[in-house]
Amino acid sequence: MKEEIIIAGFGGQGVLSMGKVLAYSAIMQDMEVTWMPSYGPEMRGGTANVCVILSDKKIGSPIVTKYDTAIILNQQSMDKFEKTVKAGGLLLYDPSGITRHPERKDITVAQINAIDVAAGVGNSKVYNMAVLGAFLRLRPVVEMENVRKGLKKCIPARYSELISLNEDAIVKGSESVLIINEI
Amino acid sequence: MAEKILMKGNEAIAISAIRNGVDGYFGYPITPQSEVMETLMKEKPWETSGMVVLQAESETSAVNMIYGGACCGKKVMTSSSSPGVSLMCEGISYMAGAELPCVIVDVMRGGPGLGTIQPSQSDYDMIVKGGGHGDFHNIVIAPASAQDMYDFVDWGFDLAFRYRNPVIILADGIIGQMMEKVEMHPVKPRRTAEDILRDAPWATTGKTAGRPRNIITSLSLDSDIQEVFNQKLSRKYAEIEAKEVKYIEYLTEDAEYLFVAFGCASRICEAAVDELRQDGIKAGLLRPVTLYPYPFTRVSELSARMKSVMSIELNLGQMVTDVRLAVEGRCPVGFYGRQGGNIFTPEEIVDAFKKFNNLK
Amino acid sequence: MDIAEIKRPENIVYRKPALITDNVMHYCPGCSHGTVHKLIAEVIDEMGIQESTIGISPVGCSVFAYNYIDIDWEEAAHGRAPALASATKRLCPDKHVFTYQGDGDLASIGTAEIIHACSRGENIVVIFINNGIYGMTGGQMAPTTLIGMKTSTTPYGRDPRLNGFPMVIADMISHLDGTAYITRQSVHTAAAVRKAKSAIRKAFEYSEKNIGLSFVEIVSTCNSGWKMSPVAANSWMVENMFKKYPIGDIKDVLK
Repeated sequence: MKEEIIIAGFGGQGVLSMGKVLAYSAIMQDMEVTWMPSYGPEMRGGTANVCVILSDKKIGSPIVTKYDTAIILNQQSMDKFEKTVKAGGLLLYDPSGITRHPERKDITVAQINAIDVAAGVGNSKVYNMAVLGAFLRLRPVVEMENVRKGLKKCIPARYSELISLNEDAIVKGSESVLIINEI
Repeated sequence: MAEKILMKGNEAIAISAIRNGVDGYFGYPITPQSEVMETLMKEKPWETSGMVVLQAESETSAVNMIYGGACCGKKVMTSSSSPGVSLMCEGISYMAGAELPCVIVDVMRGGPGLGTIQPSQSDYDMIVKGGGHGDFHNIVIAPASAQDMYDFVDWGFDLAFRYRNPVIILADGIIGQMMEKVEMHPVKPRRTAEDILRDAPWATTGKTAGRPRNIITSLSLDSDIQEVFNQKLSRKYAEIEAKEVKYIEYLTEDAEYLFVAFGCASRICEAAVDELRQDGIKAGLLRPVTLYPYPFTRVSELSARMKSVMSIELNLGQMVTDVRLAVEGRCPVGFYGRQGGNIFTPEEIVDAFKKFNNLK
Repeated sequence: MDIAEIKRPENIVYRKPALITDNVMHYCPGCSHGTVHKLIAEVIDEMGIQESTIGISPVGCSVFAYNYIDIDWEEAAHGRAPALASATKRLCPDKHVFTYQGDGDLASIGTAEIIHACSRGENIVVIFINNGIYGMTGGQMAPTTLIGMKTSTTPYGRDPRLNGFPMVIADMISHLDGTAYITRQSVHTAAAVRKAKSAIRKAFEYSEKNIGLSFVEIVSTCNSGWKMSPVAANSWMVENMFKKYPIGDIKDVLK
């Protein structure tokens, strides 16, 4: 099993930390992982993306140009990454702020209204976990038990009260996926 | 089982320094390696192991701080990225001339000049062939994963103290910024004052009645004395070349074509080898882990039974010079590279390979 | 009176400090370096801190300071002595660490290092020899060269329109919160030598108190570079250098 994922959106949406939780969860499942961010002067409000690769085997290149899954959270990222999804792959996106929706028919396309999910859970900061939940529903590459363990690794002990909030967001996110195109 | 932590290569350097009994880190912020000092400052090792961490006013000062710390026999290190390492070359030369142990991490980015902040391997010549004025060698080790970043700190200090020589960990923006799982080894305590007196009797630990004063200097002014010293260094380098060469081979046993690549390029190359093997082309890879000393002998041996050898680098072709020296015309030597912070894909390498070898 | 009689303890009026080595000094006759070396050696000996003192020598005439005082030494690259000293002191806080630097080393190429060592409040001693000229390389202009002063790179005299103005380092760093004791002394008379010695001792004592950096500037002559006899150089220093670099304490946080 090998899953190559690009997560892309605005800085501040929790793109990098979503990738980190996913990667840590995979480690808890004894998988190999790489997490490679775009880095540089683009910070909050700018574009941010991270390439996460999960695999049963040792991972060669941590940077790829075609992805099994693209998780897209703003229009610039849609323009850049829709075409990079492998045929038969998955494009998961948040429709808010998207003016040009994905057009491809050879991939699975799904939506997650993560702002609403996060608001429903009661904290806008868990937006990214709602998106992660939606992804895991569509691609159950990591078991929920290991996601909980990964989450614990990523949240500092002093914020431990936030773990259940994040878990709620993951569960609610997984229940709120809307499939737009199925192949 | 040792705990496995997800961390960036840069963070692995910092955590490894604390856990391997490093005495001091002196640095200056520069992308893409600022997480090294940020992690150290966050961890506050001065409250636990007693390790000193200091933000210097420049790379020039940082490297001279490790010069001062190394004089005292302490395990000291710094890290920077290409433009900062250019500034450090003065200090590196002085440390080579004073035969001081230290570890310096270069998380390379695209150049020349300010260049880019994206990953590159364009400091190969600067670090492997030079790294300052005068007749000397750095020991250069090239990590290819976050685990390597963690492990090479301790290995680097072992080499640095065994040979009283600067050791450069030549990494790049990918290895520094990428997170992978890292297995932690048991903590090594910092050495005691007694340990230092025993292991580094040459150090400026304070002149006691029982010994002559210790002077750390790279100055001689007398040509004959300097030449004797240069020849002593030469013998040291010969020993390093004889004992410390390290490389990793991938599918070379039956290979007809050889790739040579170090650091992150070797990982991408490995994927290219897999693709070629699926096409029935017997490709293999040699990854030099030590860049100085360079695995000349092994590349030379392998090249005798290859149809071609290609050097794959994130630069304009620097290590390929050493590959040619090793191959000595036994077979054609090719090169493929990307520059400026761009990264090649395995497919690009495969295409370049087929073009060079006139294969379809 | 024969030699044996002269050497009798009750007849000895002066002896070489215990920590000055037997190496023949390379300094020009009349140079201030030898006198300042002697004072440092005496202070270290009198304080009983030979085993805990680490000196950092500069690049310049005093590059070989390590040949003359019997302690452990680190020889720095040009201007970088305060960086070495900062790390040495932080890694070995029980040591007495001092740098010995000339005006080219400290006030020109090493300006960043000295300013930031002061700013960080490193608990080190800095001995700053200011003779307004580069001695070792053959008498070129230094940052502290006076206006109108002739050097090999200001053969018609230092012209501020061409060469800028002299830097007054001790006053500049007195504004930095990390400095504890700053004084300017000279060693051209017996009285001045005595005062300079007590200033150096005070600086070493302050460095034990962890209250910041102590800085002793010694306004000095370079009779070779100035192309004067030692006596004339002393007079010239009093008449000209002291106007720009007046003698006395500039800062003492414990007063």
